[in-house]
Amino acid sequence: MSIQYYIILCLTLFSIGVVGVLTRRNAIIVFMCIELMLNAVNLLLVAFSKMYHGAALQSAANTTVGIDAQIFVFFIMVVAAAEVSVGLAIIVMMYRNTHSVDINFLNRLKN
Amino acid sequence: MSTVDILFYLLSAFAIVSATMVLISKNSIHSVLWLILVFFAISGHYILLNAQFLAIVNIIVYAGAIMVLFLFVIMLMNIKKDAEPQKQLLVKLTGVIAGGSLLTLLIAVVKQTIQIQGKQVLLKEGSIGLIHPLGKALFSDYVIPFEISSVLFLSAMVGAVIIGKK
Amino acid sequence: MKIIIGFIVLWPLVGFLLNGLGRNIWSKKTIATQATGYIFASFVFSLIAFWNVQEQGAMTMHYFDFIKTSTVKIPFDFRVDALSSLFLLVITGVGTLIHLYSSAYMHEETAPHYARYFAYLNLFIFSMLLLVLGDNYVIMFIGWEGVGLCSYLLIGYWFTNTTYNNAAKKAFIMNRIGDLGFLLAIFWLIVKLGTVSYGEVLNAESLAKLSSTDITAITLLLFVGAMGKSAQIPLYTWLPDAMAGPTPVSALIHAATMVTAGIYMITRTNIFYTHSEIAQTVVAIIGISTALLAATIAIKQNDIKKVLAYSTVSQLGYMFLGLGVGAYSGAVFHVITHAFFKALLFLAAGSVIHAMHHEQDIRKMGGLKSKLPITHLTFLIGCIAIAGVPPFSGFFSKDEILAAAYAKNPIYWFLGLIGAAMTAFYMFRLYATTFLGQFRGTEAQASHLHESPVSMTIPLMILAVLSAVGGAMGVPEILGGHHWLGHHLSSIIGAEQALHLSHTTEWILMGTSVAIALVALLIAIGKYSKQADGEPQTALGKFLYNKWLVDELYEKAIIQPLNRFAGFLKEVVEKNVIDGVVNGTGKLVQYGARQTRLMQSGQVGYYILFMVLSIVLLFLIWFNDLAITRFFHNLIQ
Repeated sequence: MSIQYYIILCLTLFSIGVVGVLTRRNAIIVFMCIELMLNAVNLLLVAFSKMYHGAALQSAANTTVGIDAQIFVFFIMVVAAAEVSVGLAIIVMMYRNTHSVDINFLNRLKN
Repeated sequence: MSTVDILFYLLSAFAIVSATMVLISKNSIHSVLWLILVFFAISGHYILLNAQFLAIVNIIVYAGAIMVLFLFVIMLMNIKKDAEPQKQLLVKLTGVIAGGSLLTLLIAVVKQTIQIQGKQVLLKEGSIGLIHPLGKALFSDYVIPFEISSVLFLSAMVGAVIIGKK
Repeated sequence: MKIIIGFIVLWPLVGFLLNGLGRNIWSKKTIATQATGYIFASFVFSLIAFWNVQEQGAMTMHYFDFIKTSTVKIPFDFRVDALSSLFLLVITGVGTLIHLYSSAYMHEETAPHYARYFAYLNLFIFSMLLLVLGDNYVIMFIGWEGVGLCSYLLIGYWFTNTTYNNAAKKAFIMNRIGDLGFLLAIFWLIVKLGTVSYGEVLNAESLAKLSSTDITAITLLLFVGAMGKSAQIPLYTWLPDAMAGPTPVSALIHAATMVTAGIYMITRTNIFYTHSEIAQTVVAIIGISTALLAATIAIKQNDIKKVLAYSTVSQLGYMFLGLGVGAYSGAVFHVITHAFFKALLFLAAGSVIHAMHHEQDIRKMGGLKSKLPITHLTFLIGCIAIAGVPPFSGFFSKDEILAAAYAKNPIYWFLGLIGAAMTAFYMFRLYATTFLGQFRGTEAQASHLHESPVSMTIPLMILAVLSAVGGAMGVPEILGGHHWLGHHLSSIIGAEQALHLSHTTEWILMGTSVAIALVALLIAIGKYSKQADGEPQTALGKFLYNKWLVDELYEKAIIQPLNRFAGFLKEVVEKNVIDGVVNGTGKLVQYGARQTRLMQSGQVGYYILFMVLSIVLLFLIWFNDLAITRFFHNLIQ
């Protein structure tokens, strides 16, 4: 399978995430879209990992080239889990204060 | 067309459709469920790439833990079905156009990039995605980041509790 | 020689700097001594230069490059030849006498103002020397502007008087109008020939390069410059007003030297004028018109300096007539003799004014003959000289111009003859009203009448002698002379149109002019020796008394429309257009800022939107054409 297909797939997923962030006002949905973008990147990392691994296998039988990327994906998941826990806590707090999850209420940057 | 190819296209279509549905669902619960489907599709891709460990972790961490957390929060807030205020049509359109042009542009660039022309991804084969080599790498070369990530988790937990308590 | 020539110019500059910077330090005696001394040093050096030219011919001295570009090179060169050495002598010689005279005339001023006066006067001499010594039109122009500036400063010397200041401004502005013409002529020369040096411009080769249109344009533009500086129609009105300055200034700048700069310039460029029939005709017509106009005005003026001023304008008109009919050496001859007798007349008038305690109206004078014997005698000599009575100097120079005018066109000669008659008339009207008859001033003035001090009478006497015998340098052949001046200038004046007049004709011409001058002279003495002119009675008299209403005409035709235009610009254009643009810019920025500020809504969504758009933009710039256009190109195919 050509790497280009994977790239295009991941770009599509990523762009859908971007469009979601841009068009939705619900903070939870926006957050979910960010998760979607993270996953798109994860998939692409694994695809590249396998691309380089496949190329390395041509010369050496038991090479571990490309394993770094998968470890990296693992760590991304770790960080994402931590991020989600904190992010959801923030959303809950925001909801408690404003009784809404509308990100338009988050306009403190103006001042 | 081999089975792998068919599986790839099927999973890809499934992922894209589900991701789109995340966007256009009015109900937040539905969005969460569609997103879980996207994660399953991505896990399917991982399996196709013979990255079994990541596939499992993806399902456990994302589809299992994270999305359930999302569900909990939504239910906790008891958000009504149509309560979400909609953005103006113009803003939505702008967002779609911006995202679309980003996609087109990136694809255009990728299509022209010489370095990846004709490169193949190794499907089904290759052992690096299996638990054994990954575990070996994780506990030998990457043991310090691994341990530090536990500290990260701890601090995230403390942070979440403190924020939630306010 | 190079150093000597340099020092001719540098002495007055040194004097200017010393007097200007040390005006609060030195006593009046020191100031006058050093100012006069430096000019006298210049005069001595000029004499050396003159003899050198007599023996070795013209010289060009290179000092440094003034302007040097890839296409135009303007060197700072001095040129001493027959023409400039003559002018050097006149300027420094008359200048020395007038400095000497001024030291007594200005004694009422306080020391700093006294020093200021001499500093200006020295600066004037410096500029004038630069003007005549420069080897190209640009150096001439520097001097030209310098003398204009000094003229302005000296007319407005008593700067507390608004009228004097206005006269100074008038002189300066009128000169600027002429200077524009001069400047355009220089530009024209640079564009067409790429050089302004006399040696490279004034020869047959460059004449061949220029079309006849070029030559006509250049000569006419130069003449516009000469009009301003030498007070010709229509730019002459500043000169009578310039009499606001101290009388020695009028003598030096506005009679003897600066106003002849135009004649110097045209004589310098005579080779061009000879090749342009149009320019010659224009110069001759303007010259004779000015001569007649000024003479008619002079007949009815009652201010002693005003009469002399209009007389100067009239005589300058004669010089331009001479230039226009090709009598270049005649014009230069008249410049020199005029410098003598007009400086003399002005200085004598100054002596009268000095004695009368700054009374200038001749109707309040009269009978000064016995009280001011030296002044009277020298003034009389000056009048005789200017009236053209042989063997005084004015006769020879004026006769030469008139003869050349006759050769060119008898109408010029006839008009010139009328002018000469009027000259004799108004000069002797002035003389008779001032010096003959009964004293008409107040008792206080009568009791204070006294002859001027020696330092004022010595210059008068020297100039009187020069006025009397100065004609000797140009005695025509039929009177037994060999016209030294004409031979002297033959190297400068390329192809002087030879006079084709028989001796009989010349005798007749001479006889006519002398007879007419004598008749006019006698009429004037007869009419005015007993009583002064009253208020003008006839319409013509009033018209002449009011100077042909030219000032009023300029006021109505030029100044008022200009003022209205300026008012329009001020009230309408300034307020609506300029202010509109300025305020509009401010308002636009304010509006833009107010609108742009709205973009900072504080809402994260917009920030992200802009971020995405910026990323798109960055990609577009980064992979500007190739990758993306190729992709879309492939898509279409």
